[in-house]
Amino acid sequence: MRINVMSVMVDDQRKALRFYTEVLGFVKKREIPLGEHSWLTVVSPDAPDGVELSLEPDEHPAARPFKDALVADGIPFTSFEVDDVQAEYDRLVGLGVRFTQPPTHIGIATTAVFDDTCGNLIQIAQEHSTP
Amino acid sequence: MFRALADPTRRAILDELSERDGQTLFELCARLGTKHGLGSSRQAISQHLDVLESAGLVRTRREGRYKFHDLDTTPLQEITQRWPIPKSASKNKESR
Repeated sequence: MRINVMSVMVDDQRKALRFYTEVLGFVKKREIPLGEHSWLTVVSPDAPDGVELSLEPDEHPAARPFKDALVADGIPFTSFEVDDVQAEYDRLVGLGVRFTQPPTHIGIATTAVFDDTCGNLIQIAQEHSTP
Repeated sequence: MFRALADPTRRAILDELSERDGQTLFELCARLGTKHGLGSSRQAISQHLDVLESAGLVRTRREGRYKFHDLDTTPLQEITQRWPIPKSASKNKESR
């Protein structure tokens, strides 16, 4: 068994594709039309054969209240690894991305949390070998 | 307010907010867990925040979809109003 895909629930697949590619810098891997939505995935350009991120429609009635509750408490839905949180923070702020938590050193890692404009908060993290 | 301050976790929350205002529950929990070694659940921290808020020491502010917590130290004035610190006390403290 292997983990090949993870998903993030988005309120609009087109908008999500733009944000996750044009702003975050991922690249589209698959787009398979399925009814009114698509099986839509992106990958990191650093790992084109790595884990895919599926941009999943958040249509289930329970999805939005769940997402809203997480966002209100500042809880990220998932986390991506970056080499330099501060540099990525500066780059994304320059592109108009809203952060709910600026780069924060928490011993084992530096983390920051931003809004993906599709109803989720996402964490970026940089692990430190020596705290 | 005295009850609010009587708990070490709640004092740690105030420490972290004095370092940076405007934190989400998530950020506070991450700081408490990693910097103070406090393994309290988010639910427990949320309840501590409620106590601090009713004591007026923390203010919660809604900003769009997010909720941020700010430190408010004004209720602490009550302490020095009730038990004023004599002017000479700060000097004497050094020798004591």
